[in-house]
Amino acid sequence: MSNSVGAPLAIEASGVRRIYKAKPKPIVALDGVDLRVEAGELFGLLGPNGAGKTTLIKILTTLLLPTAGEAKVFGFDVSRQTRQLRRIMNIVSGGEQSGYGLLQVREQLWMFSQFYGLGVREGWRRVDELIEAVDLAEQRNQKVSSLSTGQRQKLNLARGLLNDPWILFLDEPTLGLDVSAARAVRELVEQWQRAVPGRTILLTSHYMAEVEQLCDRIAIVDHGRILAIGTPLELKRRVQAESIFRLEVDRLDGGTGMLARLPGVLSAAVPSASDLDQAIDRQTVLIKLTLEQDAALGGVVAALGTAGSSIVSLQKVEPSLEDVFVELVGRGFEDSEPGSGSEPPDRLGPPDGGQPPDDSYVSTEPVESAR
Amino acid sequence: MSAFVHRRTASPQAAASWEPTRVLATNLRAVLGRAYPRIIGARREPSWLLFEILLPFLTTSAFVFVYRALSAPAEYVGFVVLGGAMTAFWLNILWMMAAQLYWERDQGNLQLYFTAPIGMMSILFGMAIGGLFMSGTRAAVVLIVGASLYGVVFSVQEWLLLLAVFFLTMAALYGLGMVLASFFLLWGREAWHLSQGLQEPVYFVSGLNFPVARLGFLGALAVSTVPLAVGLDAMRQLVFAGSEHTQGLLPAWAEALILVAMAAFFIVLARWMLGVIERLARHEGKLTTTGT
Repeated sequence: MSNSVGAPLAIEASGVRRIYKAKPKPIVALDGVDLRVEAGELFGLLGPNGAGKTTLIKILTTLLLPTAGEAKVFGFDVSRQTRQLRRIMNIVSGGEQSGYGLLQVREQLWMFSQFYGLGVREGWRRVDELIEAVDLAEQRNQKVSSLSTGQRQKLNLARGLLNDPWILFLDEPTLGLDVSAARAVRELVEQWQRAVPGRTILLTSHYMAEVEQLCDRIAIVDHGRILAIGTPLELKRRVQAESIFRLEVDRLDGGTGMLARLPGVLSAAVPSASDLDQAIDRQTVLIKLTLEQDAALGGVVAALGTAGSSIVSLQKVEPSLEDVFVELVGRGFEDSEPGSGSEPPDRLGPPDGGQPPDDSYVSTEPVESAR
Repeated sequence: MSAFVHRRTASPQAAASWEPTRVLATNLRAVLGRAYPRIIGARREPSWLLFEILLPFLTTSAFVFVYRALSAPAEYVGFVVLGGAMTAFWLNILWMMAAQLYWERDQGNLQLYFTAPIGMMSILFGMAIGGLFMSGTRAAVVLIVGASLYGVVFSVQEWLLLLAVFFLTMAALYGLGMVLASFFLLWGREAWHLSQGLQEPVYFVSGLNFPVARLGFLGALAVSTVPLAVGLDAMRQLVFAGSEHTQGLLPAWAEALILVAMAAFFIVLARWMLGVIERLARHEGKLTTTGT
């Protein structure tokens, strides 16, 4: 259970299964997950709602036991060594409403700092540092209940960093955020991880661009199984082995055949009709080049120079992670059935059990409600 | 950026290795941390002065007027004022201890408590201490205002025993609250109904407004099972020492011993139940968060 140099892997899961009791039949949320994440990686779990991402995070954060298989985080068994593991990790979820609405931002963070063993004064110092870092200085004395969704998520992220974890689990951290708030959260995540080598992040998301931007490696998950693991580039290579370029030149006297005959060039063709119309408007020539490898591009550029053609634009055409998902699963994210089997059924309580009691409580007790 | 580097350790293994003193200190700090919202909340939302003090005081006053109209012994007015003060604690137990973990789950706090490097008992102790602070304030106001307004004369001879009985009553009561908190979590809305069902009967059998001995066997049963009943019975004897109307079921010192046993029993039971809850939560995946 370690990497090649003997240090434990940040995450090692083998044969992890999780089955929820449900009627009319049990739900298989995870179906034999094998996963190895190196220390220092920012690793993404990409999959549609109900794929099993959150269930895996719950297992890795000691909130849930696997039905079968085993998982370790930095060498600590998630089933048996929960005390040790909880000292080095933290978790932040999208849409999280943790804490108490009547507390101020600063107070809320301080409260949580006490759960991680920071001294009273040390806690206040740490809180002030993090408030500055996540750009909540203006809101520091504002009640938590009055924060916007984006500010709230920055607060949640600051909470997750209080104990300086070695591994941070981010479960859909930008869920429901607008573009700028989501970007701010992503930047903070990147900054935090880069600050110290060895920090590991496991991120779940169903936003492909987010995962592609942030993650060193990605596992594509669906119906409780990992379908593919690799860097974004490696995954794209699975659906497109060759290199494709969109080339625009001012003239091409020898025609596309001239390029097609070059070494390493698989094909050179005129692209779609709409692209062609644009090229005609600009009085240029558009070519879709398919190469065995990127290296063949040098020969193409040299040949164009010899033929007296000038390159107007050159763009590499890459498949998206959506294309990869479609290739692997046979359908897109949008076609996935929500709650199709990988999330737990409702809780032990009755179906309406999640609601706070009636207002008589509110009117008689000054609780630390989020309201 | 310094905010992103704090207490750096050489390795995750070193970071996970804590001395017992650090474990203890962290749990004590967690108690303080969890008590904080309740202590600060009492100051931040002054509406509780109306709901927690003024309105319940009307109920206490109603009993005072009834006893006066019936020409009851003067001590009965004192019983009512003392009972009115203690009501605060029972309400606090039901709605801010028993029900709290259940609501914490829905807010997402419970899973953060579970994943923090602390014991859940620390959270419950924090809730209890915070609750004690809030309810203690209310109880003190009711006691002082009630005694002044209605001319209650206290006659205390054994201050130390009185203080011991009070704190033992609190320990047993909040221990019971910790046990109920686990029940709530297990039974959800059913427990909510149970709690509503418990509120008035416990008022009744605890003898908040009259000596519990008046209830005969039921009173004796209450004294052996309900911390509020035994605590009040003992306090009534100690606060109105020498009065023939206190009608204690057992001597105050014996009731203090019952409270010791109750406090120990409830706290041990609460700890055991939290262990059960966590095991169940991890097996079933249904207790710590809402749905996902």
